[in-house]
Amino acid sequence: MNAPLLQVENLTMRFGGLIAINDLSLTARQNEITGIIGPNGAGKTTFFNCVTGFYKPTEGRLTLTPPDGGTWPLQAMQGFRIAKKARVARTFQNIRLFPGMTVLENLLVAQHNRLMAASAFSIAGLFGLKSYRKAEAEAVEKSRQWLARIGLEKSADLPAGSLPYGAQRRLEIARAMCTDPVLLCLDEPAAGLNPKESLELNDLLLDIRQTSKIGLLLIEHDMSVVMKISDHVVVLDYGARIAAGTPEQVRHDPNVIRAYLGADEDEPLPAVVAKDLGEQ
Amino acid sequence: MAAFKDAILAGLVAALLALPMLGFHLGDSAQGLQLETHLELVPLAAAIVFAGRLALNLAAPWLAKWKDRAPAGKPKLETGVSRRPLYIGIAMAAAALILPLTPWGDRNILDKATLVLIYVMLGWGLNIVVGLAGLLVLGYAAFYAVGAYAFAILSQMGFSFWQCLPISGAVAALFGLLVGFPVLRLRGDYLAIVTLGFGEIIRVILLNWASFTGGPNGISSIPRPSFFGMPMTASSPGHTTFHEFFDIPFSPVQRIVLLYYVILLLALVTNLVSLRIRRLPVGRAWDALREDEIACRSLGINPTSTKLSAFALGTAFAGFAGCFFATRQGFISPESFSFIESAVILAIVVLGGMGSQTGVVLAAILLVGLPEWFRDLAQYRMIAFGGAMVLIMLWRPKGLLAGRTPTIRLNKGDAA
Ligand SMILES: Nc1ncnc2c1ncn2[C@@H]1O[C@H](COP(=O)(O)OP(=O)(O)OP(=O)(O)O)[C@@H](O)[C@H]1O
Ligand SMILES: [Mg+2]
Repeated sequence: MNAPLLQVENLTMRFGGLIAINDLSLTARQNEITGIIGPNGAGKTTFFNCVTGFYKPTEGRLTLTPPDGGTWPLQAMQGFRIAKKARVARTFQNIRLFPGMTVLENLLVAQHNRLMAASAFSIAGLFGLKSYRKAEAEAVEKSRQWLARIGLEKSADLPAGSLPYGAQRRLEIARAMCTDPVLLCLDEPAAGLNPKESLELNDLLLDIRQTSKIGLLLIEHDMSVVMKISDHVVVLDYGARIAAGTPEQVRHDPNVIRAYLGADEDEPLPAVVAKDLGEQ
Repeated sequence: MAAFKDAILAGLVAALLALPMLGFHLGDSAQGLQLETHLELVPLAAAIVFAGRLALNLAAPWLAKWKDRAPAGKPKLETGVSRRPLYIGIAMAAAALILPLTPWGDRNILDKATLVLIYVMLGWGLNIVVGLAGLLVLGYAAFYAVGAYAFAILSQMGFSFWQCLPISGAVAALFGLLVGFPVLRLRGDYLAIVTLGFGEIIRVILLNWASFTGGPNGISSIPRPSFFGMPMTASSPGHTTFHEFFDIPFSPVQRIVLLYYVILLLALVTNLVSLRIRRLPVGRAWDALREDEIACRSLGINPTSTKLSAFALGTAFAGFAGCFFATRQGFISPESFSFIESAVILAIVVLGGMGSQTGVVLAAILLVGLPEWFRDLAQYRMIAFGGAMVLIMLWRPKGLLAGRTPTIRLNKGDAA
């Protein structure tokens, strides 16, 4: 079993009277894809917002232990520090690229902190010193490799907003990866993709896990993605964990079936839902 | 027929408006204030508006066709941007450099060119904050004032222009940081309002803290810049003056030429720094912050410090410009830094096309240069000013030279 990367303990998030996340505990491991599923409004995105510091959790602890040592108490950190120091990267349910900037620029912005240090907070950059030029060339090279990986090398100089939807999704993932994360959180990356693009996405995510050896958190509605590539699946409903385990275990869990159906346990599954859950 | 009806309606509205505005006039006569009537102006105004509106209505279909032909409003996807702006920029800089040597470079023209250059520099400085970082600042003149007063006050303690130039910039940047730190978490309109308020506060302080700033009387006899330590005066006890050193006859034009070159140098430095910084990580981060702050945070960019750096840099340039303004005028008072100054500088940036360096130059010539030349037109100047702004906004809603050039290219071969 892989070492734990993110440990969530008794996480609760309240918005006024609404409990979006209710006493949630789970563990995401290094070099594994942890799928997070649940009906609409189950609190999946809210969970991501807590992990990445966009929301401050009402209660609970989020502890990140990267493979290179150290522990980061994420619940007490500001959003940009979580990305910068603890190296948690994310994508958004509604794509958030920089649409007016080019594809390449999007990837360079993701390498901001390293380039900023190399430019000696702009002094070395302003005078065009060699150390900065070298760092920039390396950043461009890294971007080029990512663009080749997601098949967008030709579009490098186009505004990101002009790309087709599927390409924007892939670019957002590449941009998150350019920050050199130890944990990558993907919020419904397959939403709006056609079946072919969805398959390509599976390959990309498996490839990222394989080559970068990082942990992935994956929110997904598309069961064909989650069930196929997740090593571990956690099911949320009304902010609470109702099941966890391998895709196979979760698929047959009566709680999951009930949450997705809102029906009684002993009623038979309608065919369409069984298919949605990946049942053969 | 609809066109006719619409024009009649417009004419009526014009008549209604014209009645109080043009029809009656308070005249200052020997018997004191007297109400004069100019009712004949009312139908005239109505007729002009009627005719104009009718013409516009009749021309509407033709205008629509012409608009279709013109490039669409949304920014073109710039796949192959030419390097034309660069050449234009170099040509403009070269022309500015040799201007004093040409036959046109007389005292009058140089004086006006110096004034325009001050606004070009201010425009470029504000462009860093508004155009690059997307922070709408309405009180930019306050930082200009801080720079000017920093020099004026230090000069009374015996410091020279060249010593004070960096200090003025630093003091203005410090004020920028002080104001920026608490307010940068505000967005858009709110930031604009707070900076507008700050601008007024500075002006009111300058007016009222008479023991320090001279109050409404301002500060006078601010020293002129020297040329590498040589004063530009007819004679100066204890110093070799400029004309003595070069053994040429003294002429007051020499000082004007020096001032012109100083501001040209300052403006060019501002330009080069903004062109370069756009391509640095911090410049790209400004761009990115303007487009999506949340995405920036998810990438580990500190929004506060990044915005503050834009604020500090932009206000530092206002400080340099202020220092120059003080030395050029030899006298400053709070009047020179009213809200209208901030508005003009912002208008230069917006009309020039946010983020466009050449656009700022064109807009500065249009908004500052032309009104200076047309001073004879007296009060109609401001009408022309407003008219020019309306025309630009109609013709080029995104500014004279809008459009973004990428800061870096991967496929270099495709460019050019
Ligand atoms: N900032 C907020 N303020 C108030 N309520 C919120 C806020 N963010 C989320 N919620 C509420 O929390 C609940 C969970 O929302 P969340 O977006 O996390 O669901 P989700 O599982 O991501 O759903 P979906 O599958 O539709 O994306 C919802 O009821 C939502 O209205
Ligand atoms: Mg969601």
